[in-house]
Amino acid sequence: MTKKLTRDDLLTAYRTMRTIREFEERLHTDFATGEIPGFVHLYAGEEASATGVCMNLTKDDHIASTHRGHGHCIAKGVDPVGMMAEIWGRKTGTCKGKGGSMHIADLSVGMLGANGIVGGGGPLVCGTALAAKLRGTRNVSVCFFGDGASNQGTIFEAMNLASVWNLPVIFLAENNGYAEATSYNYSVACDTIADRASAFGMPGITVDGFDFFAVHEAAGEAIERARNGGGPSLVEVKLSRYYGHFEGDQQTYRAPGEVQNIRDTKDCLLQFSRRVTASGELAQADLDAIDAEVKALIDGSVVKAKSDPKPTEADLLTDVYVSY
Amino acid sequence: MARKITYQQAINEALDQEMARDQNVIVMGEDVAGGSGAPGEQDAWGGVLGVTRGLYAKHPGRVIDTPISESGYVGAAIGAACCGMRPVAELMFVDFLGVCFDQIFNQAAKFRYMFGGKAETPVVIRAMYGAGFRAAAQHSQCLYNIFTHIPGLKVVVPSNPYDAKGLLIQSIRDNDPVIFLEHKALYTMEGEVPEELYTVPFGEAAVVREGHDVTIVAFGRMVLKAQEAAADLQKQGIHCEIIDPRTTSPLDTDTILESVEKTGRLVVVDESHPRCSMASDIAGLVAEQAFDSLKAPIRQVTGFHAPVPFSDALEELYIPSAAKIVAAVKSVKEYK
Amino acid sequence: MSAIQTITMPKWGLSMQEGKVNGWLKQVGDAVEQGQEIVEVESEKIAGAVEAGATGVLRRQLANEEDVLPVGGLLGVIADASVSDADIDAFVADFLSNFKPAEGAEEDQGPTTQKIEVNGHKLRYLKRGDSGKSGEPMLLIHGFGGDLNNWLFNHEALAADREVYALDLPGHGESTKDVGEGNLAALADTVAAFLDAVGVTSAHLVGHSMGGAVSLTVALRHPEKVRSLSLIGSAGLGSEINTGYIQGFVSAANRNALKPLLADLFADSSLVTRQLVDDLLKYKRLEGVGQALSTLSGNLFADGRQNSVMADQLAALGKPVLVIWGEEDRIIPVAHAHAVSGKVQVEVLGNRGHMVQMEAANDVNRAIARFVG
Repeated sequence: MTKKLTRDDLLTAYRTMRTIREFEERLHTDFATGEIPGFVHLYAGEEASATGVCMNLTKDDHIASTHRGHGHCIAKGVDPVGMMAEIWGRKTGTCKGKGGSMHIADLSVGMLGANGIVGGGGPLVCGTALAAKLRGTRNVSVCFFGDGASNQGTIFEAMNLASVWNLPVIFLAENNGYAEATSYNYSVACDTIADRASAFGMPGITVDGFDFFAVHEAAGEAIERARNGGGPSLVEVKLSRYYGHFEGDQQTYRAPGEVQNIRDTKDCLLQFSRRVTASGELAQADLDAIDAEVKALIDGSVVKAKSDPKPTEADLLTDVYVSY
Repeated sequence: MARKITYQQAINEALDQEMARDQNVIVMGEDVAGGSGAPGEQDAWGGVLGVTRGLYAKHPGRVIDTPISESGYVGAAIGAACCGMRPVAELMFVDFLGVCFDQIFNQAAKFRYMFGGKAETPVVIRAMYGAGFRAAAQHSQCLYNIFTHIPGLKVVVPSNPYDAKGLLIQSIRDNDPVIFLEHKALYTMEGEVPEELYTVPFGEAAVVREGHDVTIVAFGRMVLKAQEAAADLQKQGIHCEIIDPRTTSPLDTDTILESVEKTGRLVVVDESHPRCSMASDIAGLVAEQAFDSLKAPIRQVTGFHAPVPFSDALEELYIPSAAKIVAAVKSVKEYK
Repeated sequence: MSAIQTITMPKWGLSMQEGKVNGWLKQVGDAVEQGQEIVEVESEKIAGAVEAGATGVLRRQLANEEDVLPVGGLLGVIADASVSDADIDAFVADFLSNFKPAEGAEEDQGPTTQKIEVNGHKLRYLKRGDSGKSGEPMLLIHGFGGDLNNWLFNHEALAADREVYALDLPGHGESTKDVGEGNLAALADTVAAFLDAVGVTSAHLVGHSMGGAVSLTVALRHPEKVRSLSLIGSAGLGSEINTGYIQGFVSAANRNALKPLLADLFADSSLVTRQLVDDLLKYKRLEGVGQALSTLSGNLFADGRQNSVMADQLAALGKPVLVIWGEEDRIIPVAHAHAVSGKVQVEVLGNRGHMVQMEAANDVNRAIARFVG
């Protein structure tokens, strides 16, 4: 059993989820103006997953993320101001404007990168976990992936490898029901992604991804097991994304009212707020204060991103190699 | 006289000495030890051709057999490199690139750039390449040109035991991802190799033979074919300069251009398929940058735009021969 | 004994199997004297000149420029003018029909290098000649960054009537790269211990450059081990030295950096072959060499000067001293040749540089042979 969440933990959880939501909502709005280059894939709706998992991790644990990576970045401790600048293509961005939304990474906080290749992260976390195991550090690695990636060979290979080598890896399947525009019901051959765990000799569990507490507890157990040498686990988190696969996707493949219904009834922030205020663990004023601070942070990040310089020609050929 | 060992022994020694020097160096791949989980001998194979044999016992826990799962373990090597390990992953035959290329070219190669210079991925991927073993189309390709195309990768093609050891040590110590390609036909080649550790820097071609008539640029095993051809041509009064770039990325363009400026004639010998090859790359480079020095058209001696065939009758036709190099050199020497 | 003398492809070093003709210095019909340079040839490692073995007339050139011949292959023929063309043609035909090149290195290795443990250093050395011969033993000591191959053109000739050792100093060649304290005293003590280890009680020391300073130091610290000193382009005789060369050599990491430096070693910079540059790079890239060279240069040549000048201490030793210098030495000035007091023979060779024992091997060999008697 994981340890009881303190008041500070709850404040942190809320702040993290709210930061992700605010960040993504703001991108949704700003993207529509046409000022943001490229693609963005928003994480809004899935905040309880990244937050519930990453609150069990330290800076020295590693995560691999997906093309829908902003939430994982924020939850793992990447600076949202740098992220915003990155997404706006600025030199001040986390990756100097060379990576963009799909490649935000910060190895200094154990964030191995969002990834433009679906399923790309599975093998990578086997490596960070192998390093931890060889060095005896007790660090763990988490591979976030979606229901789409759950069908990729890299994920199968990685699950097999992690099990064969008894690595401290958590395969964290975020099943939001859609791989781009194709339904999970069509593309995944088994009932739950967690069912696949048994094929690789590891525990598998499915949890409600709208419930921060459920995710935190399930991931926490798996992470603790991994830290103690108990090997890998597969945790499937069922949730929903509020926006399209990418910004501009009208989501015509979804049922009428599907998203609105989820927002109204299951939203992770809504559920969290009700529970902690009803229990008296936090006051509404605590949450309101965080909301205001987060809004100021994100507003500030956008103002800064808009005014920050873009990279120049001098930056075009730097950072290809350490030395060449 | 300095000690002589084989190309294969030179690679084994480089791995052994680097593993002893740095605990972060690990070796992983299919049957790099062999026998894992089996009831019989451990280190049963030491690599499919025995190149890593003996390392398993000398460096306990750091010579790791993998499942046949190239994406999985090559990606794991890359991930481990991201947090400071120096893994040497063996992709048995370079042809198996097909099942793990994403991890190499979309992940390892691009991390540093995509992440704004904040990542270092000091991984080495070793692989055998080349024809001549009746191994047919899926176990005989060269493919260094494909890696060379990708920014972020360094590509090494040693042609002799001395270079193999020094370049492999450099590869392991290098902070970028390195593809280290070993020609199967060179494994038994003997040469003088110092017992000490040493490095051969990347991007520094070797001038294997000096001459003033024709420049031959050759890669890997083709350096030997070029030497054979040059010895023959010498008897006919044609003096070839042979350049072995040693690494295709970075490429020592200066040494090639300087030589062509001296000889005015260029033959490039590349075992791989001709299209978008190192041969065509270097021909393009010289045509663009040393056009005024050229006294004759550039000739390329390469494999064919066809898979490597199985039958010895066909494979021998496929592989560039010394005779073909001789003919190409003569044609450019005699060009009016 | 025929009055017809052959000029054949020499064997310079153990690995040489063939050589290339770079050009003739004498033409057919020219009178030549024994010891005169006749034809320039080049091995993979080094370029040099072949001398006439007899006085006479150059009657035939049997190889053209750029021709490659095996070791022992016939380059030319010297004979008196009185010998008929027919006799010469018959001689040549006979030579060519009987000549068989050595079957690769395995067949004809001659003496090979050995390793010996001395004062915690593993030292490589090469012994030539026979201890049964009349002459007293000799030891050849190379300079900074060199190795026993620096004596390629001297070793065999000097070993004609004595045993001659050449060693790699610590930090050099194939010896241990750890130089310990890395000063002249430490090197000299290692050399003295080396002589003990190979069972030589005392020897004629021949030192080149830094090896000369090492020889001097051996004579000062272990006088009983030294019969005479032959100092070639030697350090230790004055304070000036081309520290640009020393520092450049220590730091040069690639061919382009090293090659122009090496040109300073020879009066004729065309002697710097690509192979020479490549071999030195290979040496410099060995683990520990950078540290060894830095330590030595820091101790011996700090602040742009030689830190140890022993010229005035020599007279008191009472040892015979031969000093040989290339007049165009660009590393250590030729003026130092005259700095030694006491009973000293001095030979200054015009038109030669710092590597005078390579550039004028025959002159140097003759001078040393005469000197040691």
